[in-house]
Amino acid sequence: MKKFFYILACVAICLWFLGPLFFTFLASMTPSSDFYSMDKIFPSKLTFEHIYKLLVNLGGWRAMLVSVQVALIAIAISFAFGIPAGYAITRYIFRGKNMIKLVMLFTRSVPLVVIAVSLVTMYLRLNLADTMFGVALAHAAMVLPFVVLITSSIFSGVFVEYEEAGMIFGLSRFGAFLRITMPLALPGLAASAIFAFIMSWNEVFAASVLAITNRTLPAHILSTAMASPDYFKFAAGTIMAVPALIFIFIIRKYLISMWGISLK
Amino acid sequence: MKRESMVPLLLILPALVYLVVFIGYPIVGTFQLAFSSPKGWLENFKYVLSSRDFLSAFLNTILLGVVVIPAQFVLAILLALLVNKKWKGYKTILYIIATPLALSDVTAALISYSIFAPNGYLNKILLRLNWIERPLYFFGYLFRSREFLVVILTEIWRATPLVFVILLAGLQSINNEYLEAADVFGFSAWEKFTKITLPLLKPSIVSALLVRTLFAFQIFGVVWLLAGRDITILAGETYYWYVFMNNRNIASTYALIIAILTFIVGWFYIGTIRSKHLEEGVRT
Repeated sequence: MKKFFYILACVAICLWFLGPLFFTFLASMTPSSDFYSMDKIFPSKLTFEHIYKLLVNLGGWRAMLVSVQVALIAIAISFAFGIPAGYAITRYIFRGKNMIKLVMLFTRSVPLVVIAVSLVTMYLRLNLADTMFGVALAHAAMVLPFVVLITSSIFSGVFVEYEEAGMIFGLSRFGAFLRITMPLALPGLAASAIFAFIMSWNEVFAASVLAITNRTLPAHILSTAMASPDYFKFAAGTIMAVPALIFIFIIRKYLISMWGISLK
Repeated sequence: MKRESMVPLLLILPALVYLVVFIGYPIVGTFQLAFSSPKGWLENFKYVLSSRDFLSAFLNTILLGVVVIPAQFVLAILLALLVNKKWKGYKTILYIIATPLALSDVTAALISYSIFAPNGYLNKILLRLNWIERPLYFFGYLFRSREFLVVILTEIWRATPLVFVILLAGLQSINNEYLEAADVFGFSAWEKFTKITLPLLKPSIVSALLVRTLFAFQIFGVVWLLAGRDITILAGETYYWYVFMNNRNIASTYALIIAILTFIVGWFYIGTIRSKHLEEGVRT
């Protein structure tokens, strides 16, 4: 009886969480005539026509490249600034440490919705308006507090004794960090980089407001989707979902700790 | 741990400066934009607060939160309890529940559209089963209440896993000995849940609640894609006033109202639980 209940619950969970995804993938590969005929649930054949058209003729590929570039620049900036700060928070005692942590918690919960419009004004002065780099800078600001908090928690998982041992054998403090702590922290850092990638890949509000011609994929979809035929919407859903799903599958081990910290 | 006065500050300074420039300064800018108008510094607020769009946007945002958040919590607690039993294959189910975590609100909206569109799979399946004669319409100004329902279902689908992972992390940190002790004293399953699990889970519940409430004020992608301005919401109005009306001042006024609401809610929660608790609940 109890086993039966578990199986039932599992089936319900699978249908509820995977069913909609499956149907979206199916719809994106259904020939349009099959999609618009009401009595056909499953198509007679599968086609990549819609996805191909969306990518090649409707600017999807270009937007995807912009998205990837934005995410990579945002990761580079936020890690360059975030790793030293995270390291300092774990390894040093200093005045104002709690204040710094509080600042990180606060900035992490400032919505991009609140600052996006005012960023445009700032970008107009800096000649960054409507550029890919401008979007990347905003995304870096969104990801940075998360990177600081997560790297500090990753570094605290690496025993300080290893570093000290390294320094006894003649490494400098920086050398010990580079040769001992970094390699040990690398898997966690890689997982947080992927996580940061997904955060940037999925962000839509700032990306739509800050750039008009250089739109990222979600911004491009947001501005064009509702005016296009249904099958392109599903194709858009598919090309948005697949990379994110692959990435999250790679970092599945870190799932619980990571999302706990990211607070999104 | 070392005591060196300058080094840590130098390490933190770049990150701090970056956040001041790209988050702190724009917040000041939002204030400036919201409070500047040719007619007087409060005119934007007078205009927004007296408009009908604001009232409906405000009420819709609150209503969505009030319906969606409790539903997410009930579902997430049930799912977390189920997964926490650690039966064979629970990891697979954990990953399946987590899939929507990878998806953005835009993607979630498109996915839900594939189900609820006029030619969507819900209509196809119901027609096949002969439960309905004609397709059901869920979108368009005339069907606003149905649109609302679809938005609610989509948000529950998309964001329940977020609550779920936080609660599951909380459940896993509960010491099993408490529950074993309760067994010794002959507690029923329900008593164990209400008297032990739930109180110990409280920090996680509060931090998850904080996250969800904060983000409830920013809800945008799902509503904008599925309903456009049929259902007005605060973030949607910000977007509308900036992109379509080209008015940065009104857009910033809406943005500032969102910020103020977020701040009030955050303050309220942090007053309830100390920030230390918050972090512990989140970190485990």
